[in-house]
Amino acid sequence: MMGNSLLQFAFFAFVTMVLAIPCAHYFTRLFAPKAAGGGLAFEPLERLLTKVVGPKILHQQNWKEYLLSLIVFNLVGAVFLYLMLRLQGYLPWNPEGFGNIPPALALNITLSWLTDTGWQAYAGETTLSFFSQMVALTSQNFLSCATGLGVSFAVARAFIQRENSALGNFYADVARSTFYVLLPLTFFFALFLIDQGIPQNLDPSVQATTLEGASQTISQGPIASQIAAKIIGANGGGFFHTNAAHPYENPTPLTNMMQIVAILVIPIALVLFFGQIVGDKRQGWSLFAGLTILFLILVFLCAYFEQMHHPVLSALNVDQKITSTNPGGNMEGKEVRCGIFTSALWTVATTSTTQGSVNSSLDSYMPLGAVVPLLNMLFGEVVYGGVGYGRYGVLIYAMITVFIAGLKVGRTPEYLGKKIEAREIKLAGLVMLITPICVLGFSLASLLLPQGAASIMAEGPHGLTQTVYAYASSAANNGTAFNGFNADTVYQNLVLGLVILIGRFGVIIPALAIAGSLAAKKIVPQSVGTFSTQGPLFVLLLTSTIILFGGLVYFPMLALGPVAEHLALFAH
Amino acid sequence: MSKKYKRTSLLDPKLLRSSARLAFVKLKPTLLAQNPIMFTVGIASLLATVLMIRDLSNGTFSPIDAQITVWLWITVLFGNFAEAVAEGRGKAEADSLRRKKIETMAKKVSSVDDKAYKTVPATQLAIGDLVLVEAGDIIPGDGDVVHGIATVDESSITGESAPVIRESNSDRSAVTGGTRIISDSIIVQIGTNPGESFLDRMIGLVEGARRQKTPNEVALNIFLVGLTLIFLIVCVTLQGFAAFSGGLLPVIYLIALFIALIPTTIGGLLSAIRIAGMDRLVRFNVITKSGRAVEAAGDIDTLLLDKTGTVTLGNRMASAFIPVNGMREKDVAEAAFLSSLADDTPEGKSIVRLAEKKFNFHGEKTRTEGMRFLAFSAQSRMSGVDTENYSIRKGAPDSIFSLCGGGRSAAIEEAIERVAKTGGTPLLVAKDKRILGIIHLKDIIKPGIHERFATLRRMGIRTVMITGDNPVTAAAISAEAGVDDFLAEATPEMKLNLIRKEQAEGKLVAMCGDGSNDAPALAQADVGLAMNTGTMAAREAGNMIDLDNDPTKLIEVVMIGKQLLMSRGTLTTFSIANDIAKYFAILPALFIDIYPTMGTLNIMHLQSPESAILSAIIFNALILVALIPLALRGVRFSPGPANLVLRRNLLIYGLGGILVPFIGIKIIDMIVSVFMGG
Repeated sequence: MMGNSLLQFAFFAFVTMVLAIPCAHYFTRLFAPKAAGGGLAFEPLERLLTKVVGPKILHQQNWKEYLLSLIVFNLVGAVFLYLMLRLQGYLPWNPEGFGNIPPALALNITLSWLTDTGWQAYAGETTLSFFSQMVALTSQNFLSCATGLGVSFAVARAFIQRENSALGNFYADVARSTFYVLLPLTFFFALFLIDQGIPQNLDPSVQATTLEGASQTISQGPIASQIAAKIIGANGGGFFHTNAAHPYENPTPLTNMMQIVAILVIPIALVLFFGQIVGDKRQGWSLFAGLTILFLILVFLCAYFEQMHHPVLSALNVDQKITSTNPGGNMEGKEVRCGIFTSALWTVATTSTTQGSVNSSLDSYMPLGAVVPLLNMLFGEVVYGGVGYGRYGVLIYAMITVFIAGLKVGRTPEYLGKKIEAREIKLAGLVMLITPICVLGFSLASLLLPQGAASIMAEGPHGLTQTVYAYASSAANNGTAFNGFNADTVYQNLVLGLVILIGRFGVIIPALAIAGSLAAKKIVPQSVGTFSTQGPLFVLLLTSTIILFGGLVYFPMLALGPVAEHLALFAH
Repeated sequence: MSKKYKRTSLLDPKLLRSSARLAFVKLKPTLLAQNPIMFTVGIASLLATVLMIRDLSNGTFSPIDAQITVWLWITVLFGNFAEAVAEGRGKAEADSLRRKKIETMAKKVSSVDDKAYKTVPATQLAIGDLVLVEAGDIIPGDGDVVHGIATVDESSITGESAPVIRESNSDRSAVTGGTRIISDSIIVQIGTNPGESFLDRMIGLVEGARRQKTPNEVALNIFLVGLTLIFLIVCVTLQGFAAFSGGLLPVIYLIALFIALIPTTIGGLLSAIRIAGMDRLVRFNVITKSGRAVEAAGDIDTLLLDKTGTVTLGNRMASAFIPVNGMREKDVAEAAFLSSLADDTPEGKSIVRLAEKKFNFHGEKTRTEGMRFLAFSAQSRMSGVDTENYSIRKGAPDSIFSLCGGGRSAAIEEAIERVAKTGGTPLLVAKDKRILGIIHLKDIIKPGIHERFATLRRMGIRTVMITGDNPVTAAAISAEAGVDDFLAEATPEMKLNLIRKEQAEGKLVAMCGDGSNDAPALAQADVGLAMNTGTMAAREAGNMIDLDNDPTKLIEVVMIGKQLLMSRGTLTTFSIANDIAKYFAILPALFIDIYPTMGTLNIMHLQSPESAILSAIIFNALILVALIPLALRGVRFSPGPANLVLRRNLLIYGLGGILVPFIGIKIIDMIVSVFMGG
């Protein structure tokens, strides 16, 4: 079994890198500051478009202009999305005849899809019409993702500007991200999924009689395109309630593996792209190395805990030994076609990015097995980072690493030649405060207030974990959840919606402000006397900083949640 | 560090006593508020005290709470103590300076030619006033000599006993108030208003009156406050999570956890590090006008160094006699020797010494009555000696050629060029208008300077030598000395342009200078070290002043700047790394009532929950005081590439920061539990 896991991992790693490296080069051609379509085939089209729209809109923006465009764009998107959901009953492509979505849930869905979170307080197949799925949600699937990409490009550009505040143009970034990156990738990925047997139609559900003679309703619809979009766009909100555990979302071991690959390709490409855009590929590879170390640790830990013998199952005399026909370990809540290792791999991948799709039930994980995805989100999803979001989180960690360790070489701290000073630290500190406030503050409120506490089904430490998980997932714009947590209450819809909003813009705004401040600075040339942000030493420092900060802030809370649960479970 | 560094004992008992007293004085909220971290600890201690009093009154008092409270207050006091010790050391310096500031009377004159003076107190002098200072007088204020020349004893400022010459219209025209004229008399134009003099400013700086936080320190403070806020959220919400889990935590324990987690070590030592860094400069006889400059010193990418005095010894020395026109070396040496007998310049003396050494001539015996010596003049550009029998001249090649009415030959030209190419200066020697040969004058590179430049290079600092020499000479000297680059035939404008160019590339530049024409460049440079003997303008323009007039010190200044930043970074890492062990000490103790299984996390096997929490908080206080010497002395800095420095530092203080508290808390727990058990 061990050999099997390694083989699967090797396949996964190889395919991911084969796709990510060219993708990074493609990004550099498209999004480096001087790239005007990068000499690609669409250049004439772009020139025409620029002429029509006018240079007034497509000029170089400073951070404030960039942010303003972003907010206006998102606001308009939000209003449209909200109205479409509220008026679902009057809109077409609604074969099941679903009614209008109630206000609180509609608001929650709007915020969730606006921010690329994919938090689903509803069951898609029994709530949303095809129109809502295809038009309302899917368009946001692309646009929210493009927004995140744009911010990560703007932040990356800040490092190469010399006393020049231009960070690029938001609309150009969104348009290029959508039309040159997301749409084509989604299109081809959807074709692959259809080939693997995922339905793609506009038909209503069918009734079937099971072998036991019971009646079953089987939903179908434009699933393949939805799934392709949710995976590529790091949204993670599935067509079905059970997400990628559903056979129509994830029918074969190959779709399982390829979806994990697709989850990680763009995030990894963005890490490498950063090295390319700052003109020193080793910077990107060093970040990649640090994040990969964390990724491997997390995958190993998750798989290790899930492979343990569950004491409750042991007491029931369930065979948990690994054999060639038995995956062993804690198989509760996991699909047999996925097994333990790729379930763990998916779980880490989905929380390493802002994905939020799942192929197994996190609620059924071992207490410490579930800590892994939780911790990953509490780190700020910086391990690779999402499609955009999370990418700038890494840079903030890198800046803090440089700020503490950089002094040790006897120079004031600088990252890639940009001095890290009071303003940057103030803004980075703001970002570092956002997650603790959202996760510790709001989840505590939910636990202690009767309106919030009604959502949890479990008593004691597991209930604590369920709530904290929901808030961490929202704050990190992830979207994964514990099934035992009832998210569709007015309280949770509104508060989690708020947390999602804070988690998104509480990071984007300071990140863009930092970018603006960095862009206006000189670039101090590197020498043997400057703190090097590439190579093993920096990798070690960066990973330590991420672990230390995540660990120090959340360890007490985790001790009362999953750690206590684990100790109780294994007490005897 | 050079031997000039004045060492005073780190832990002078008198200083410790006064600092201990000050530690209590600094509990005053307005004073404490200047340090946000210590202020937070102060508030936490106050809260703990209030809770204790409440418990006392309603009978739920437990001795452990009192002990924790006491140790919290001790933490605050230790932080104050660290600051007081650092300030005390600075103050000691200031006091000794103030003693030098004697109330003097000034002889005020209305013009340079005025013979009659009016006696006024020095404190009444204003900018522009003229004063007469005669032998034995104390110069009443800072200013420039506008008339006359005098020898001045500046030992009160510099500690250097040899008197220096100050004269008008030169680069040595600046005088400092409080110094004494030994001979002659001068007229000084006062350059500062009362209370703003150099000495005043020095006292002010040393005492800390103008010690503002440096930019990086401000940033670090923000970072530490951010961390404190995060831990505040952690500790406050923890009570809620505990409540959900079925049990409330004792508030005093939560306070202990909070104080243990926030970066008290670095928070308490941060200002001590800054003050100690500036004191190191003062002890090194360098006065900084702003803390910003010390920090900038650590960041320097390019050092501009004057050739003379920094790279080479002040003067050129004769190193060889090169015969031409079929002469013997001894003939050249003899002629050169005779012509230099009365030559008092260092070059002339070195010619005599070389000839004496090589050919056993004897200066005193050779000199006779009949010799008429011609001193070097700017017009003739040569010197020499005439007797009834012969006439010898030595001088620059062009002047000797024109004296001899030609006499150029390929061999001579070639010899001249050879000397010039190696960085030397050729002097031609002619006897009776016939060229005998060439004296090779050579710049002497300061011993040890080559290694220092190599060290700087390993640290990533580029050195540029500034010289008025021609490019050929400059290239030869810079190659020999091992500097990275040179600026030949340098004018003040070229210096300024070079600095601007380097800065445009994002580099930070340090330079030293003394002349008035250095002022713009000194002002432009990120670190401008002005010589104390320099002009007023230069001293105003620079952001540091070297009282010893040693340009080489620029290198030390850079090292001190780096050391300051390193100490800061090191203690920050150490402080944060400590938290891991504190968690393992406190958390199991906190949660054991709610979840008895939490004992598993007590990996240090601490005796009891009470002893665990107390040990952690005692360790937290003790480590602060234990690190005071390190903060004052600075982290040992051995120059080298950044990666090497970093690796060494991380190994000692990063790893140490994780491990030391595990050991420390365990030991304290063993001691504490003996008392508790007994």
